Amino acid sequence: MVVTTSWYLVLGAVLFSLGAVGLLTRRNPLVMFMCVELMLNAVNLTFVSLGAALGDLGGQLAVFFVLVVAAAEVVVGLAVVVAIMRRRQGATVDDLSVLGG
Amino acid sequence: MDVGVFLVSAAIVLIGAVGVLTARNPVHAALFLVQTLFGVAVLFVLQDATFLAAVQVIVYAGAVVILFLFVIMLLGVDRAEDMGVEPIAGQRPLAAVIGASLMGLLLTLLLVATGGPTGTPGQTAPLGDGVDNTRRLGEALFTDYVFAMELTALLLTIAVVGAVVLVRTVKGDLQPLPVVAVATANEETEIDTQPGPESDAEGGVA
Repeated sequence: MVVTTSWYLVLGAVLFSLGAVGLLTRRNPLVMFMCVELMLNAVNLTFVSLGAALGDLGGQLAVFFVLVVAAAEVVVGLAVVVAIMRRRQGATVDDLSVLGG
Repeated sequence: MDVGVFLVSAAIVLIGAVGVLTARNPVHAALFLVQTLFGVAVLFVLQDATFLAAVQVIVYAGAVVILFLFVIMLLGVDRAEDMGVEPIAGQRPLAAVIGASLMGLLLTLLLVATGGPTGTPGQTAPLGDGVDNTRRLGEALFTDYVFAMELTALLLTIAVVGAVVLVRTVKGDLQPLPVVAVATANEETEIDTQPGPESDAEGGVA
């Protein structure tokens, strides 16, 4: 038995769906960020496997840029969370619906 | 051997993902996330993406998760979340349905696409000709993709500045608005509430 590209793609699909479910169910903004990271990793895995299947470096380059953007996203997102939590201790994302006015 | 490595890392990845979903304590969720990221790094090695595997461990497991843990500790939110409360009625069943349909959609797509990937192999950046993976990535990043590379540098700078601005503490009471803004606001209120004097003034000018 040989590990084919499809195995990686199936794993990526399952991982992406798990991340999406976590994003929809969890209320702690930090855990929601972690679920976003899960989804990003699923896509990274897909990029690398398709790149390997086609013998193209482009997949790995895309993953490189996704990594950078994910790092920037985490930095800004966590700063927003810190700024919010200073005003309201233990705020969940549902409490932030007051921002809607 | 590849099959064994794949199955073990896939199990590690999925267990970690389920752990992130179900862990009641955010610290445990972060540690489960580390597990998933390591599993993905092993899968990268399995596909000869060695540089990305190293970056995955250093940047993701090393920096991003540590940042998460810093914030968790800093904010003191490392207590267990009450999973019994469901603030929006039917949120979890609905999320499960959405997740299941998403997974079904993706897997169906894979089942339909039995022919494998249809793209053509890259001409400018081939893989698998024996050249070092890191060298290949570096050469591509600093020649063909140098503009994107510079843009990511800019993006990271903006992110750092933005983070500093967002978490900056303002000393003392809230700062008053600039005088010009206050004057404009007062003027508008006067127009709204007492149109008399305003129209008189206008008449005087005319």
